[in-house]
Amino acid sequence: MDAFEYAKPSSLKEALGLLGSDWDDASVFAGGTDLISLLKDDVVDTKRLVNIKGIAGLNRVHESAEGVHIGAAVTVEELFSNRMIREQFPAIIDAAEGIRSPQLHNMSTVGGWLCQRPRCWYYRNGFGLLALDKDGQSLVTQGDNRYHAIFGNSGPAKFISPSSFGPVLIALGGEMRIEGPKGARDVAAADFFVIPQKQGEREHALAPNEIVTEITIPAASRGMRNALYEVRPKEGLDWPLTTAAVALRMRGDTVERARIVLGHVAPKPWPAEDAAKWLVGKTINEENAAKAGDAAVQGATPLSRNGYKVQLARVSVKRALLAAVGERRV
Amino acid sequence: MADYHWPPANRRALIGKREKRIDGPVKSSGRAKYSYDINRPGMLWGKMATSPYAHAKVTRIDTSAAEAMPGVKGVVTIVPEGQEVLWAGQEIVAIAADSEERAEAAADAIKIDYEPLPYLVTDADPEHAGAEHSKQLEARVTGNPDQGFQQAEVISEGHYGLPVITHCCLETHGQVTEWNGDDLTVWSTTQNVSGMAGEYVDGLKQQGITVAANNVHVISHYMGGGFGSKFAADTWGIACAQLSKKTGRPVKMMLERDHELMVAGARPSMHAHVKVGAKRDGTLVAWDSESWGTGGPSDAGAPRLPYIFEVPNVRARHTAILTNIGPARAWRAPNHPQMALISNAAMEDLAAKLNMDPVDFMLKNMNLVTAPDRAKTYQEEFAKASELMDWKSKWHPRGKSGAGPLKRGLGVSLHTWGGRGNLSNCLVTIHPDGSVETSLGSQDLGTGTRTVIAIVTAETLGLPLEAVKVNIGENKYPPAGASGGSTTVSGVSTSTRRAATEALNSLLAKVAPSLGATPDQLEAWGGKIQVKGNAAKSISWKQACAKMGASSISGTGKTSNDLMSSGVGGVQMSEVEVDTETGIVKIIKHVSVQDCGLVIDVRTAESQVYGAAIMGITYALFEEKIMDQVTGRCLNPNMEFYKLASIADIGEIVVHMMTGPGYDERGTIGLGEPPVISPGAAISNAVANAIGVRVPELPLTPDRVLAALGTLEKGGVA
Repeated sequence: MDAFEYAKPSSLKEALGLLGSDWDDASVFAGGTDLISLLKDDVVDTKRLVNIKGIAGLNRVHESAEGVHIGAAVTVEELFSNRMIREQFPAIIDAAEGIRSPQLHNMSTVGGWLCQRPRCWYYRNGFGLLALDKDGQSLVTQGDNRYHAIFGNSGPAKFISPSSFGPVLIALGGEMRIEGPKGARDVAAADFFVIPQKQGEREHALAPNEIVTEITIPAASRGMRNALYEVRPKEGLDWPLTTAAVALRMRGDTVERARIVLGHVAPKPWPAEDAAKWLVGKTINEENAAKAGDAAVQGATPLSRNGYKVQLARVSVKRALLAAVGERRV
Repeated sequence: MADYHWPPANRRALIGKREKRIDGPVKSSGRAKYSYDINRPGMLWGKMATSPYAHAKVTRIDTSAAEAMPGVKGVVTIVPEGQEVLWAGQEIVAIAADSEERAEAAADAIKIDYEPLPYLVTDADPEHAGAEHSKQLEARVTGNPDQGFQQAEVISEGHYGLPVITHCCLETHGQVTEWNGDDLTVWSTTQNVSGMAGEYVDGLKQQGITVAANNVHVISHYMGGGFGSKFAADTWGIACAQLSKKTGRPVKMMLERDHELMVAGARPSMHAHVKVGAKRDGTLVAWDSESWGTGGPSDAGAPRLPYIFEVPNVRARHTAILTNIGPARAWRAPNHPQMALISNAAMEDLAAKLNMDPVDFMLKNMNLVTAPDRAKTYQEEFAKASELMDWKSKWHPRGKSGAGPLKRGLGVSLHTWGGRGNLSNCLVTIHPDGSVETSLGSQDLGTGTRTVIAIVTAETLGLPLEAVKVNIGENKYPPAGASGGSTTVSGVSTSTRRAATEALNSLLAKVAPSLGATPDQLEAWGGKIQVKGNAAKSISWKQACAKMGASSISGTGKTSNDLMSSGVGGVQMSEVEVDTETGIVKIIKHVSVQDCGLVIDVRTAESQVYGAAIMGITYALFEEKIMDQVTGRCLNPNMEFYKLASIADIGEIVVHMMTGPGYDERGTIGLGEPPVISPGAAISNAVANAIGVRVPELPLTPDRVLAALGTLEKGGVA
């Protein structure tokens, strides 16, 4: 870790003024649960840490006519223990529950949960986000890719998006408010995550001088049955191998509208649109849930060592759908 | 001659009871000082520049920029220009600065040029490794294997294996060193307090620094795990002492977590193709195995297959694969977990093919257990474990685990270990005020050694546990053996028994006249010195000690064969639940039944066995040092992807220590290693029983389990 300047602004304006035009100029710091390890491992170098936890208004959850608003500095634990979230959005609770560490619950923020960097071991061991060798060939493809992408991996990016919240937010039709020097813009969660195509690009739509300030789950998503299922090898703190987030608009026992988003399978959360379309007009039972799972993994392109993740993604979808309608069997 | 024998069951106040570990409060409250906690006035921090290459020649080292950085006080070259490094993470230069951050920045600023050389970091089969990376260690034939297989009515063939794993000590390797004139003090996290001075004498001599062993002071009061990886001074210890010498200041140099996982300990892998045959009644007749594994750049000895059962006709070959993964170190029961997995999994597969309950199959072959009385021990342990697991009612034939994606199964394994005590010397001192101290140059790895010493002293002197002060963890005390191979409990408790008896006899001689008795008519019991068989004639311990005059009395003792023994059994049973849709294995229940002769403290003994079960569950389900042939590097040198079981992952663990007649009279036997041997085999067997097919390699991760289920779907071997 190199020496850096530490700033704790009290207003958003001040914070934005402390960010730079390059990623190396400054890093937004909230919970620090990912950033500190990136700095300690020399994966990220920064000249300045800008702590946004002192900015008023970033740490509350409230409802309005548009929907539910979650400040970027709200902690995972605050979200986890929020009764309204628990009642309306069990998928968020499922995602928080998957983080099996009180310390991470208490420190991690919602903004960081979405903006955390990939865990690809080539990236974290200093070989770069795209992990290319000197000939421009992917170390991931040649090497050990047991935890890497099975979708969206035709370009140089083979890592997986690490956020378990991202797929949930997309399934719930969420939006993110991003503040920058030119003011605020709202970005659909589905558009926030991107797959970098060349060196230097990032896996999200932020510019170096922008901050995620708020997440909104639209009123239209209220009343959707929703759940997240994650396949996690350990009961204790561990990364999921795959996840699936689902949100279902039901009419009686019939699906009127569905969103299915796979997590930990691609460099960004991976919507399974065909599977979701297929579900419309169906009831959710073991057979249909399994078929939706099959549909969701159509077109998967596993690498040399991660074919098993196709099966895990399939099961994640099935179990998330069953969980969403209240049938938590496994 | 004094009678040192262990007291009979009806005359034991402490031995064989359930005492709490005496250093529990200082550890749990954070007052215990580990090497990592030592901070000395004026202390510098040491950091090292290490090789990013698995194999390379160091062509140029330039430390000038690093040395010019603020706070940098000294540099020591470990691997000079022109020499080769043989694994990624190998230490090349050590540098000391006045803060940890500055030392780290300076280490990063050291410029090292390399000429990369070819390397091998995977333990693919010997043919793939090629002759230069292969070394055949064993080709053993017993009886007539070909004829044996002709006699066999049922033959099972399979592949079994387990990868390289690390020791993953929670306190990483390292030390604080400080010179004072010719004296060197080392606060070292070590399993080898009494032997460590010699390590420094020899290591420093090679660097042109002469120090006498009697000037090297080694301190390790508390240490955070060794498991066989902390016997040596290591390159970082010697470099640290050199930096201290050069700078004239104390230096602390502890390994970073990634460095610890890369270089500071690895258990060799082992893989095998096995063929094993039996008569239809289960009688084993023939074994054939082709095995290989890697322990890094040199071989780690040949494991002996088959394990436990001396099958009459055997052909066994083993090849070491020499790789650039960093050196192997003794890992709790070296070679035994590997042998147990491969052998006991092959035996269970054969039992399944015979349609036999594996417990019945193993009992059927008890005549092949050649150690005297061991078969009887196993029989008793199988019976106890079966009772605790409720084996008979829970066990089902392989794969007959009902409908639905969650399948339960049971598995069993057995093991053995030696565990004879090491040579230790003990000094027990009784002071005129009645206080007592026991001193040995031993160490407590977290195993309960301190507590065992206190129990034996207090028992011998008829005192309560808290009356005894235990001095260990420094080499100024009488020399004691290194703690490895389950040698400590016998080493320290037999020497302590003798030393305490000697001290007591001196005291009895002083007290006897006042009780109108001869010393041999007296005994220490219940805080008193009393006439045997006439408790009314007694004086209190304090009154007795007051009679010794101004000077303290002491007794010395060394490890005694009369009080200890060697050779244990051990049976373990596991119950697992496998999610056949995800391949995730959960431990429902794990039963460990273990003997170790006379148990000094049942509570800390059980604690050892619990710890071993957790360690075993962890290597069965999660652990793997993942080496990447593309980069030559370890990909998971962190606690994120080098996975350890958490408390939520271990299920219900049931421990039973075999004690009483048949066990107690053997005297003490070591316990550290044996209970960690069987979990891999028991859990792998339970998974096979649950899902109907063998998952060949540990750890039992979803990819491996699903792959095995895939072979089942495609009609593969069940």
